Amino acid sequence: MLQLSIFLENAKGRLAHALNLLAELGVNIRALSLADTKDYGVLRIIIENPEEIAEKLREQNCVVKLTPVWVLRVPDRPGGLAGVLNKLVREGVIVEYMYAYVEKENEQAQVVLRVRDAEIMQAAMDKFKLH
Amino acid sequence: MSHEELLNGLRRTIRQVLKAPYYKKKLAEVGVYYPEDIKTLEDFRKLPLTEKEDLRQNYPFGLLAEPMKKIVRVHASSGTTGKPTVVGYTREDIQLWAQIVANGLRRVGVTSSDVIQVAYGYGLFTGGMGLHYGCEELGALAIPVSGGNTQRQLMIMRDFGSTVLCCTPSYALYLAESLEETGITKEELKLRVGVFGAEPWTNKMRAEIEARLGIRAIDIYGLSEIMGPGVAMECLKCNGLHIDKHFYPEVLDKDGKSLPEGEPGELVFTSLDKMGFPVLRYRTKDLTSISYGSCECGHIGWTMQRVFARVDDMLIIRGVNVFPSQIEESILSVGGIEPHYLIIVDRDGNLDTLEVLVEVSAASFTDEIRELERLQDKLQEKIEDILGLSVRVRLVEPKSIPRSEGKAKRVEDRRKEKML
Repeated sequence: MLQLSIFLENAKGRLAHALNLLAELGVNIRALSLADTKDYGVLRIIIENPEEIAEKLREQNCVVKLTPVWVLRVPDRPGGLAGVLNKLVREGVIVEYMYAYVEKENEQAQVVLRVRDAEIMQAAMDKFKLH
Repeated sequence: MSHEELLNGLRRTIRQVLKAPYYKKKLAEVGVYYPEDIKTLEDFRKLPLTEKEDLRQNYPFGLLAEPMKKIVRVHASSGTTGKPTVVGYTREDIQLWAQIVANGLRRVGVTSSDVIQVAYGYGLFTGGMGLHYGCEELGALAIPVSGGNTQRQLMIMRDFGSTVLCCTPSYALYLAESLEETGITKEELKLRVGVFGAEPWTNKMRAEIEARLGIRAIDIYGLSEIMGPGVAMECLKCNGLHIDKHFYPEVLDKDGKSLPEGEPGELVFTSLDKMGFPVLRYRTKDLTSISYGSCECGHIGWTMQRVFARVDDMLIIRGVNVFPSQIEESILSVGGIEPHYLIIVDRDGNLDTLEVLVEVSAASFTDEIRELERLQDKLQEKIEDILGLSVRVRLVEPKSIPRSEGKAKRVEDRRKEKML
């Protein structure tokens, strides 16, 4: 899946501005994470039609990037995420960053994962029949 | 100096510069082949001007007028791009320079009994060694402490009994402020005179330094292309900077026409007795006015007012000459960056700060913070390498830097309002 990332200056109102743009484009954000440093931040979101929205945001002078990420369903109980992650780590998967959300319809926990090496990840996914 | 003496001095310099092929060619273009071709001051004023660009084209040693074996030292200042501007000195030049600085110091009451703390940087920059040799020529005790390390500066100042301090005026103010924090009182110090230069300052700043340190604060001017510090220096009257008699000043309007005394324009210098790196009508890009006369201190000759502005966009940050083009070059050397940046110079307390905002582009953006930080560090490193100054780079959103007429505004100098 493609995640949409938006560069934000760490200044008053920049996040609201970006979210307003997304609202005007009729985008429903399914998952969101905000990474921040002293000077700037990166807003990462999971949405429908990321390519199309990315193009529209570029027209609005936003710096955006589409990044391949993995979305995994994990058991919504204590140790659910740990169990999945332990398996992946043993296969050599290195996680760059991760965030989680809950799917409304089935109350399932989902995690968005960005990994260093996509091939290793794919192999691990196949091995454990994860999706 | 009589008219004839001046003409002789100018001819000496022409004889000297003719030894450098570049000057020879330039002078041939205006029909000057021998020093004797200059019969009047009017003839002299028709000679071509020399600029930093000429030095760049002849980097590093092309304009030296003496063979390398006679050159005993080089200094350098920042060029407008990556390469510095290099100058060379013969043994006689170094001696002359030391005498010039010593004369200036003498004029403000410094004697062989003084203990002089030279807190200008030692190195390619002329400040440290220029003052140092002047102090030794005078027979005073020179403490080559160089710049930085404020606590040690103050400790040495107290323990060694420094009576004279040489540094940039902003550093002098910073030292004064740090004094209070260190718990050393000005009564414990023997300081009585400060010789400050290498950056613009105001009379208000002078009053502040004098009050805080209990000293007389004297302005010194110079640039490596002409010699270094000491080309001009105030006396205790502080009514302008007396130009040393080994340099012939002119003030020109923007078309290169000579301006009468007292009228502000660009200051241009010709050296009269320099051997290694003689300069002919060198454009300092400093704006000021000059006048001829005698002063109560005994000086007879030219006096220049403080430099009030620059012709080009050069900035002086913590005494270091900085051209926006140098910063641009560093930014562009890091791939994927568009040349949209803003240089913000500010003053925190009495220390200059340099911050560069760089717009992130689609090509340089990655959504991993670590990569962005790496980019930021790389930009910072490149700029620091070229300038030798610490800098803070901040990544900002595209189009967030204001553009005027399609061209970005490059520099925001916030010190001006803050300068005392």
